[in-house]
Amino acid sequence: MKRGLAVYAVAIYAFLHLPLLILAIFSVNASRFTAWQGFSLQWYAAMLADRDLLESAGNSLAIAVASTALSTVIGTLAAYSLWKRASNWLAGGLYLSLVTPEIVTGVSLLALFQWAFRYVDFRLGMHTVILAHVSFSIAYVVVVVLARLRGFDPALEEAAQDLGATEFAAFRRVTLPYLAPAIAAAAMLAFTISIDDYVITSLVAGVDSQTLPMVIYAMARRGVSPVLNAVSTTIVVLLGTLVLLSERLRRA
Amino acid sequence: MTRLRNLFAAPAAALMLVTIGVPAGIVCVYSVLSRGAYGGVELPWTLENYSRLIDPLYGGILVRSLALAAAATVICILLGFPLALFIAQSGTRKNLYLSLVILPFWTSFLIRLYAWMFLLRDTGLINTVLQSLGLIRQPLPLLYNNGAVLLGLVYGFLPFAVLPIYATLERLDKSLLEAAADLGARPIAVLTRVTLPLCAPGIGAAAILVFVPCLGTYITSDLLGGSKTILIGNLVQNQFSTARDWPFGAAVSIVLMIVAVLLMFTVRRRGEELL
Amino acid sequence: MEDILELRGLSKQFATHRAVHDVSLAVERGAFFSLLGPSGCGKTTTLRLIAGFEAPTAGEIWLNGSRIDALPPFRRNVNTVFQSYALFPHLTVLGNVEFGLRHVPVADAEQRVRRVLEQVQMSDKQSRKPSELSGGERQRVALARALVLAPDVLLLDEPLSALDPQLRKQVRAELKALQRQTGVTFLFVTHDQEEALALSDRIAVMRGGEVEQAGTPQELYQTPRTRFVASFLGEMNWVDGIGIRPECVRVALEGFPNARPGRIAHTTFLGPHRHFTIQLDGGELVTAQTGAAVQFANGETVQVSWDPADELRFSS
Repeated sequence: MKRGLAVYAVAIYAFLHLPLLILAIFSVNASRFTAWQGFSLQWYAAMLADRDLLESAGNSLAIAVASTALSTVIGTLAAYSLWKRASNWLAGGLYLSLVTPEIVTGVSLLALFQWAFRYVDFRLGMHTVILAHVSFSIAYVVVVVLARLRGFDPALEEAAQDLGATEFAAFRRVTLPYLAPAIAAAAMLAFTISIDDYVITSLVAGVDSQTLPMVIYAMARRGVSPVLNAVSTTIVVLLGTLVLLSERLRRA
Repeated sequence: MTRLRNLFAAPAAALMLVTIGVPAGIVCVYSVLSRGAYGGVELPWTLENYSRLIDPLYGGILVRSLALAAAATVICILLGFPLALFIAQSGTRKNLYLSLVILPFWTSFLIRLYAWMFLLRDTGLINTVLQSLGLIRQPLPLLYNNGAVLLGLVYGFLPFAVLPIYATLERLDKSLLEAAADLGARPIAVLTRVTLPLCAPGIGAAAILVFVPCLGTYITSDLLGGSKTILIGNLVQNQFSTARDWPFGAAVSIVLMIVAVLLMFTVRRRGEELL
Repeated sequence: MEDILELRGLSKQFATHRAVHDVSLAVERGAFFSLLGPSGCGKTTTLRLIAGFEAPTAGEIWLNGSRIDALPPFRRNVNTVFQSYALFPHLTVLGNVEFGLRHVPVADAEQRVRRVLEQVQMSDKQSRKPSELSGGERQRVALARALVLAPDVLLLDEPLSALDPQLRKQVRAELKALQRQTGVTFLFVTHDQEEALALSDRIAVMRGGEVEQAGTPQELYQTPRTRFVASFLGEMNWVDGIGIRPECVRVALEGFPNARPGRIAHTTFLGPHRHFTIQLDGGELVTAQTGAAVQFANGETVQVSWDPADELRFSS
């Protein structure tokens, strides 16, 4: 049975990875059609020359950095609090955030913002996107950090307090160093989620701010394009590296 | 001790309240209001939005969404279980194999769907290869139908199914399997009589983690289904953009939410959780 | 000698059970004091109450003349050696030991750390991490880390239970020597009565959250006040409601006045002693401890007797 499973695993891994590999191969195809006509980097050049694309990438990056920073901090603190004493409300809310379909989350946030904007002089823009991203990333941060906390001996914090450290000093000097790899892994995860989000972002971004997924989506709807192949490959390679790093850290 | 814990929980709790609790309330309220002349909502109060859902036009959308989500879930679990088994039994290379599953999952759902568009369209790779091999003369309509959407869903959510099942398999007490073998069970029997039943919580978690997002999927059907496949997710999105019927969109959202929450409560177990 | 630690009517009630009830104890300065009892008797909870990890539901804790039961752990001048040692894995031995010395001038701190590391003989391993140390070494670091802060009382929560038996005897001796050398008051929690008897100046035997008896090892062994204390320390025979220690039981082939007849049921050779389990004619089983030279065969009829002065009688 072991050999059968191994063969099966190879087939599934091929299924999972081949489409992206094929995309990568065709991103360096000189022809814009499916027939192979030689190696070329022209589509990457075109990608780097596209102002809209670059601007939206910049927006996405800014949003991702901001939301990652906020959600990592808030999520780590929440995970610690849950570890100290389970709270059905908080845990339930976070679980709900994980399980709710994106369209529902997006629509609810849109409704929230539109309602709030009757009383506050604001419009949809980068800040609403950041708020949205923070809110759905927190649950992922909590899952990663909490998993690491489950292997932490509570006696260590008590020992620190016994030796004169206040509650917060014990957390800062003993627990936090232990959590560092998980926090880094969670941050990378939050980053990739933020960079990739389309549904929620498109609903709450308003007309002025475009993110990279929004631009990609518009291009994809118009049909296949070799520049899009290049963009896709670039993103996959970058994010893939980040994810692998994150996994390494999480297991440290 | 308590003060620090409460202080730490406060930002997350506040954020959850503001970004989940309050919006849920607002959407509930909107769902019983009427559609405004220029979009938005206005009085009078009405239950018409909910009664519209029973209309056969929308019923078809509901049924199609449920069917696709269910099919995707079943296929994901069927495909995912053997893979999870493989990884759990792979000894020292576990981390490598796990990374290979997680990797595609996290690198842009959007792009992964686009990759299938590239492969499936009339002038895409699959059709081109089949035609050049002489196996077909006309391109097969692989894209822009229910089948393509199902493929996209399975491709997208397979890792979601593999991970919880793997987690349960990993935590399985190996001595139980050894005991079964000791009592005379052959490998297949050990699998069906011991491993599978003990895996039930993991499979349940996998089912929920796949079914609910599939039910509410939006971009999969938009990109791979074209305009022919409208699912609940597309319906909701439509109401909040072109159709400008917020109350109806809100009602559909609420129904979707309730289904998700109900399923969550039926399958969620204490101790076998992520949180 | 004055008392450095005093517990007055200390109680701790948890939601489901009463862990500590009306415990009053006085610990002399410089003593090696043990809390002894079976698991669940409340000794660890009492320790945690003194350290500050639990708040008492009633009673007072006085340390060195002032009341401390309302203070958080980091403000009490007591330090704990945890059962699992709780060494910080991300710090070296040196890092662990100097952890609590944040508010002390650097030169002073360095000197104190150096001295205490010498006392526990870990000076040459100070840049190792806990994961690189053996169980015994980790315990010494835990001791050093607590002692360097010069606490009024050092609390030790079953520190020897994680060590293998051979190592335990050796570490026990080192612990006693360390206490004598530093003069710090030790409050030691254990379920091992042999350990408590060997190490302590005074012992408090606890059961069900209460103190059954407190006294010197000799007092507790020779004049136990309750059946429980009598049975818990050393071995005990019960015949007709009277208690008699095995080493006080005399076995011979010839009769004594007041001797009871019986038959040897079982013999155990223990090295320096022998234990004979004898079935008396009345049906009771009695264990006698003799020197190794004494030998009887199983089934042999013997006469069993003891000095009435060695009898222990209890009211209950």
